[in-house]
Amino acid sequence: MSRIGQCFVDLKANGRKALIPFVTAGDPNPCVTVPLLHAMVEAGADLLELGVPFSDPMAEGPVIQKACERALMHNTSLRDVLAMVKTFRQTNNKTPIILMGYMNPVEAMGYQTFAQAALESGVDGLLTVDMPPEEAGDLLAALAEASIDPIFLLAPTTVDERIAKICADTSGFVYYVSLKGVTGAVNLDVAAVAHKVKQIRRHTDLPIGVGFGIRDAETAQRVAAVADAVVVGSAVVSRVAENADQPEKINESVCSLLRGMRAAMDA
Amino acid sequence: MSKANLPDTNGHFGPYGGRFCAETLMEPLDELLAAYERLKHDASFQAEYDKDLADYVGRPSPLYLAERWTERLGGAKVYLKREDLNHTGAHKINNTIGQALLAKHLGKTRIIAETGAGQHGVASATVAARLGLECVVYMGAEDVKRQALNVYRMKLLGAEVVSVTSGSRTLKDALNEAMRDWVTNIDNTFYIIGTVAGPHPYPMLVRDFQTVIGREAKRQILAAEGRLPDALVACVGGGSNAIGLFYPFIDDETVAIYGVEGGGDGVDTPRHAAPLCAGRPGVLHGNRTYLVEDDNGQIIETHSVSAGLDYPGVGPEHAWLKDSGRANYVAATDTEALQAFHDLTRIEGIMPALESSHALAHATKLAPQMGKDKIIIVNLSGRGDKDIHTVAGLEGITV
Ligand SMILES: Cc1ncc(COP(=O)(O)O)c(C=O)c1O
Repeated sequence: MSRIGQCFVDLKANGRKALIPFVTAGDPNPCVTVPLLHAMVEAGADLLELGVPFSDPMAEGPVIQKACERALMHNTSLRDVLAMVKTFRQTNNKTPIILMGYMNPVEAMGYQTFAQAALESGVDGLLTVDMPPEEAGDLLAALAEASIDPIFLLAPTTVDERIAKICADTSGFVYYVSLKGVTGAVNLDVAAVAHKVKQIRRHTDLPIGVGFGIRDAETAQRVAAVADAVVVGSAVVSRVAENADQPEKINESVCSLLRGMRAAMDA
Repeated sequence: MSKANLPDTNGHFGPYGGRFCAETLMEPLDELLAAYERLKHDASFQAEYDKDLADYVGRPSPLYLAERWTERLGGAKVYLKREDLNHTGAHKINNTIGQALLAKHLGKTRIIAETGAGQHGVASATVAARLGLECVVYMGAEDVKRQALNVYRMKLLGAEVVSVTSGSRTLKDALNEAMRDWVTNIDNTFYIIGTVAGPHPYPMLVRDFQTVIGREAKRQILAAEGRLPDALVACVGGGSNAIGLFYPFIDDETVAIYGVEGGGDGVDTPRHAAPLCAGRPGVLHGNRTYLVEDDNGQIIETHSVSAGLDYPGVGPEHAWLKDSGRANYVAATDTEALQAFHDLTRIEGIMPALESSHALAHATKLAPQMGKDKIIIVNLSGRGDKDIHTVAGLEGITV
């Protein structure tokens, strides 16, 4: 079983929901990222989403756009991100890591090359915002060969027929985008999320993660009550941004947010 | 086999095109496709579109034989397809009229658009004013500075112009921001994309609305000369004016096709906007196509003297026409384009847009190599009034 699959089995056995923080690799500089990943695990993260910086992050709100810009000032490339994962794995062989980003850096590297390098580095899943399953035939084949879980998004506008199709191509967990909008939006409607998660549940046994709009312990708790995992992006990245000039303070700032969420989710 | 039967049902032109975008947009894009497929064959929709083109845009646009310029070049006869004479001064309105009608039929009350030079923004604001729709235009902060006149024009027309400060603050970033707006306001908003880019069905439907250029040109050249031209030349930013001219001639194998990209300082320098000449395939803004990017797949800032060509991607059908060998893609530098701008203005009394000047620049190379019995059609995609400030600035003149 994949690291992601095993992680959800263990969580379920303990009656817990997964907390998945997102950070952009290389933000605000490349030295920060690996220690931050370890610190987030200490603070209660079950899986990690590591953003691959991209010049044109179309699905991101201002917070993660700026994170990409900071990371790209240091030219953080997909190869650099894979190297960070490899370093992380030297002392953590358990916590799953999902790369999240856009297709073009993967296109530029080539699917086969990417999948093999990702496997070697210890990456567990790939989520690219702008790659729907319809276009993903060759990518899926390359990922399967490297045992990397392809994670696709579901949205409020996704109809039943597509939900079934997308879930069939997904492994690890499915990611429900909780609202119509970009990352960091504030119009989260938990009742609507609960309703949609039930609809998705009819089509799949995969764990269902929910992201976009979860920003504090309270929203994390409410979403965790209706889903298997909560993904926290902009709220975490905001803490990184606030401390970009004093990077030694980033870990504590991020971790205090995560500890609060963890406690609320486990209560 | 016909090369004019694409895209396939999933929006692919060979390996290019497709639909690479956020999941939230997939269903709305299917709705748009279904509505378009229905309306395309709906006689009353077509009649409405044709009537708008005739009475509001002023079509057909003339096909003008540039006699003095032809004589000067000393080779093939050069005809100009006068899209500069359209209402709002460029070919962009052919597309915005069509998409605004689609928006109306889909019951959308708000339209958004991205713009670089401001021509597509103006054309969108214009149709929004006419249909009484709310209109928001996204424009890179750099372009807002470069194109102050068009910004004010859009405001006069009632549009809100949003200055985009993310990324490189140019057209590609305006497109990103428009996508973000669209995904947020999908229920009431129609996104009028300004060129043959974006996710399927946009490259197809923008092309279809622009093919009026090529259909008219074919009819007009047959009437004037009794035969097809030997070559077509058009500038390529995203590629909408070019595909509009080329498409109806694609199966006429005797007609050579030239798309001219923004060469900037030269395609062998880092400062250009020529993905087909000097880029490689990748995925951006909803489709797979040629891109100007670095080795890590990050999109590079482009450069062209003409804001309308200053874009790192290109419509996927052009990528396919390049690979299949049916069309040739070349570049004209800033300097060559500016020379053509001045030449046409002084020799024919027609001031071309800087975008169109790139096509003219290539025609000046092509015509002398062809016999006097040969015929070239150049797409004069827009008029140059909007560029007077840029040209004056480059010559150190304040107007
Ligand atoms: C006059 C004119 N020609 C050409 C273009 C380039 O666009 P496309 O390649 O889609 O025709 C523009 C874009 O702003 C324009 O204003």
